This record gives sequence, C-alpha cells and structure tokens, in this order.
Amino acid sequence: MDKFRMIFQFFQSNQESFMNGICGIMALASTQMYSAFDFNCPCLPHYNLAYGLGILLVPPFILFLLGLVLNNNISVLAEEWRRPRGQRGKDPAVLRYMFCSMAQRAMVAPALWLSVTLLDGKCITCAFCTSLPLESLGNASQPPLSRGEIQRVLARIPCKELYTGQQLIAREVAVRYLRCISQALGWCFVLLMTTLAFLVRSLRPCFSQAAFLKSRYWSHYIDIERRLFDETCAEHARSFAKVCIQQFFEGMSTDLVAAHCHLPRKAPADAGEAAEKLLGITDRGTMNMALKSWHRCKPPLHLHPPALPTGNGWAGEGQPPTHPSAPRKETAAYYSWV
Amino acid sequence: MDRFRMIFQYFQSSSESAMNGICGLLALASVKMYTSLDFSCPCLPQYNMAYGLGIMFVPPIILFLCGLILNRQSLVMLEEWRRPPGRRKKDLAVIRYMCSSILQRAMVAPVVWIVVTLLDGQCLICAFSGSMDPQKFVGFANVSTEQVQQLLAKVPCKDDELMRNNTSRKAVSRYLRCWSQALGWSILLILIIAAFLARWLRPCFNQATLLQARHWSNYIDIEQKIFEETCCEHSRLFAHKCILHFFESMQQEIKLHSLPREGEGAEGGEDLLQGITDQDQVNKLLRTWYYEKPPLDVS
Repeated sequence: MDKFRMIFQFFQSNQESFMNGICGIMALASTQMYSAFDFNCPCLPHYNLAYGLGILLVPPFILFLLGLVLNNNISVLAEEWRRPRGQRGKDPAVLRYMFCSMAQRAMVAPALWLSVTLLDGKCITCAFCTSLPLESLGNASQPPLSRGEIQRVLARIPCKELYTGQQLIAREVAVRYLRCISQALGWCFVLLMTTLAFLVRSLRPCFSQAAFLKSRYWSHYIDIERRLFDETCAEHARSFAKVCIQQFFEGMSTDLVAAHCHLPRKAPADAGEAAEKLLGITDRGTMNMALKSWHRCKPPLHLHPPALPTGNGWAGEGQPPTHPSAPRKETAAYYSWV
Repeated sequence: MDRFRMIFQYFQSSSESAMNGICGLLALASVKMYTSLDFSCPCLPQYNMAYGLGIMFVPPIILFLCGLILNRQSLVMLEEWRRPPGRRKKDLAVIRYMCSSILQRAMVAPVVWIVVTLLDGQCLICAFSGSMDPQKFVGFANVSTEQVQQLLAKVPCKDDELMRNNTSRKAVSRYLRCWSQALGWSILLILIIAAFLARWLRPCFNQATLLQARHWSNYIDIEQKIFEETCCEHSRLFAHKCILHFFESMQQEIKLHSLPREGEGAEGGEDLLQGITDQDQVNKLLRTWYYEKPPLDVS
C-alpha cells in the first residue's frame, strides 16, 4: 500500500511523469494481453491469412486509440485548436509539440504488441504457411498434387494434430523456417523503431532547441491554466451554493415568523453557536416544510446581497431583481484589460 | 516497503545514481529478454549463419540505442555541445567526460547480452555448424558434399528426425559449445581486467582535470533540472494571476452594466464569489472564457 502510494505520488508529481506512467501501464497491459490471448489458427486456406494479419494489425490500432483517449492532454489539444482567437493569439508550434508528444507516447504500446507478436512467431506462421517455397524446403519425392490440395495441406501446418502432409514437407522444417522469418522481421522492426526514437531524440537539441523550450513552456502553461480555472470555478460554485442555501434557510425562517405571527421562543443569547446553526428551524413540522419547499420550489440562482430588509424571502418569488441589461455589450467589455 | 523506499530514494538522490539504476535495469532486462526468447534455429544451409549472427548482434545494437535514449544526460550533453557560446564559454573536457560516461553506461547491457549468448552457446552452434570440417567427425566423413551441408545445417535441431540419435551431431554440438563458452569467458575476463585497470590507473593521470570535469557536468545537469522546475512554478503563478485578473475584469464589467444595489459592500464570505452571484453571470463568465481567452499579460 505504501509502495503504491509512493509510486502514485511520484507519477502525479508532474504532468510528464503522469503521462509516462500511463504509457508504461499500457505497454505492460499489451504484453499481458498477448500472453493471455488464446491464439487459435483456423488452419483453412484463405482464413489463415485474414486471421493472422488481423491479430497482428488490429490490436495495435486499438491500443493506439486507447493511448490517445487515456491521455487527458487530447482534450486540451482539441480545445486549444478549436477555440476562437479572442485576445490571445494561437501558436501552431505549441499545437504541434502537444500532438507530437501525445502521438509518441501512444505509439509505444502498439509497437510493443507488434514486436512481441513477431518475435513469438505464431501469427506469421499462421498467416503465411500457405506461401511456403516448396521447391527448396519440400521433399523432392512427393506425388504431384493439385494446387488446391497443396494449399489445403499446407494450411494445416500450424495445427499439429491435423497435419497430414509429412511427405510433402516436414512440419518442423516449415515451422522453423516461418518462425525464423518472423523473428528476423521482429528484430528488424524493433531496431527500426529504436533507431527512429534515437534520431528523433538526439537531433532535436541540434536544431530548434529554443523553439522547443518555448513550445514546452506554453503547452505546460495551457494545461496548468485549465486545471486552475477548473479549481477556481469549483471553489466559486461551493461558495455560491453555501450562500444560496443560507439565504434559503433565512428566507424560510423569516417567512415562518411572518406567517405564525408570534415570536418564536428565542434561545437565550448565551446558548451560542448551536442555536445559530439551527437557522431558526426548531421543530419537526418546520423542518418538514423546509425540506418540502426545497424540493418543490428551489430558490433562483441569484444571490441577493445580505443586508436586505425582511419579507423579500423566497416564498413564491422567483424572479431576480435588477438583472443586468439584456443586450450584451460585448464590444465595451474589455476596455480596461487590453 | 521500507527497503524498497530506501532503494528508490537512493537512486533518485543524484543523477549519477539514477543513471546507474537505469543501466542496471537494462542489464537485467537483457538477461530476461534472452531467457524468454524462443531460440529456434532454422536449420537450413544459408539461413543458419544469418540467423545466428543476427540474434547475437542485432539486440545489442538495440540495447545500446535504448541505453542512450533512456539516459537523461545524453540530452544534456547534446544541448551543451550545440548551444551558442553566449556569455558562457564551452569546456570541451566536460563534454568529453559526459560523453565517455554515457557511452560506458550504455555499453553494459549489450555486453551482458553478448556474454550471455556466448556462454549459452546456441547462437554459435546455429551459426557455425555449417562451417565445420566434416572429416573430423565420424558420422559425416563419408557423406557426399551436398548432403553433408544439409546434415551439418541440421545439427542445432535436436528433434529433427534425421538427427535424433546421431552421435556425431552431439560431437559437433559439444565442440561448438566449448568454443563458444571459451570465447564468452575470455571476453568477460578481458573486459573486467580492462575496467579494473582503467579505474585503478585513472588517479595517476589528470586527476585534477577529472574532478573539475565531473563537478561541472553535475552542475550542468542540476542547473537544467532546476530551470525546468522553476519554469513549472512560474507558469503556475502566471496562470493563477491570469485567472484572477480575468475574474476581476468580469466583476468590473458586471458592475458597469448592473444598477447599483443596496448593500454593495461585500463581506468576507462574499469575496470568494468575486461579485458573480447570478446564473446568467456565471454563464457569461464561462462563455467568455471559451470565446475570448484573456491575453497573456499580467502586468
């Protein structure tokens, strides 16, 4: 538990670590998914290719999309891209930086799936067993079979129990050959990806380092600003709700006083805060009435200033006083802050 | 838990320890990769050599590049190398020191892979079984040339029907494994002696320059980290101020448009509301935030 909390805190500490954490989790998930997956080659002539290539190519696509979705920066990027200009110019370099960093992180899990699949060899064996070069690998002394027959026999290579073509070509020879090709492809793919990553990372400081620092700063800024704005709005909503509810209860108790025409038994002054917190509601009937009117007739979203005379309570009065004038004078809005 | 946390903190404590940690992790990863790899020699005359040597040399290149990529200091070194001099001169000795320490750490995982491969022996058996001299082995001595190539190529595959109980196959296999292990142990010995000598003899040459180079390379690394942290702090404060200004400007605009009300004086609790006390006002604020973000100017 402590260990998880520490790791969690380390990843939350800054935004880049958090994204790296998600990237690592997706990579682990992709290897786990592959080892838990039950690979079942259909062993039929045309289905093999479709199944093998499907397993090879469709999950990476899904993992890539998942990597983009889980990255919260994508909504920040979309918002920044689509917002109207307003008073703040848009910097395409910042958008490009955000997109590149997201795409790079989202590509890790699919690349890992492809490498693990190719290095394992089952997919390629299933997909390409019907395309084996029989002239070089097959036994020379086999009876001539029609093409369709050969295809059907070869398609059963991945299924050990069903294979009947031992005279045509030994199953172990075929499997070894295909697995060798698959592993060679896998290692070449990994080498290519690693070389690309190395070039991308090492060429950047040689060109455009200053532009990179600028883009990185402003992309962090946009993210932090959005988070702070959300926090400020949440705090504002909290205060708003508090004052609204307080005014509701005050309105209720004022109404009760007006309706019942007798002075409620005021608790003596030294009863202290507990009496104050009761907001003037001190018996079951009153409480029930307060709850009922909260449900039936919620107060308007309009906080009136606190020093208002009595009688201006909530009961039945729904419209807010002194509304700002309807035509929104947007042109005059920002005179002071340019 | 405690031990884990202690180890974690130790590695985070300085950038050198962090890099040593990554280097160790990569070495462990290379061993794990080798053991989980399903080595299957194709057992065909032309393919054996390519496969065997490929498995022996391609993953070390990948591990070396990974070691360079994962090492933070390589970026720092490149930046230091390519920056304009400005008001700070560049010290080539520092750059050379950083470069050599990065390369040394990046070479550990590839060397571990090569040594493990040689000590295991499968790669060499696969690659060189076709190059054996058939006359030395009884079972292959009297076979025709084309056939002997095929047979030799099948030596690494123990389960092949031709090779299942062939004693000459075992002889070739043992011979090649013996060579492979000898090569592996020799390489390991040479490298360890080289490392030992390098570390032992280093204080005899240029110790002062070395201390300086090490100090300044640490300094550059720390300086860059602190710069990044300061930028993050700064952007947080900038955002805070920008948002406060935005709310104040909204408040001002609302005061401008609405008629003065009684009890205008806001109390302590109302300050948090920033004068925005109405559903329409809140909607307007949010709409303005989207359509017209405030300028990046908090002066």
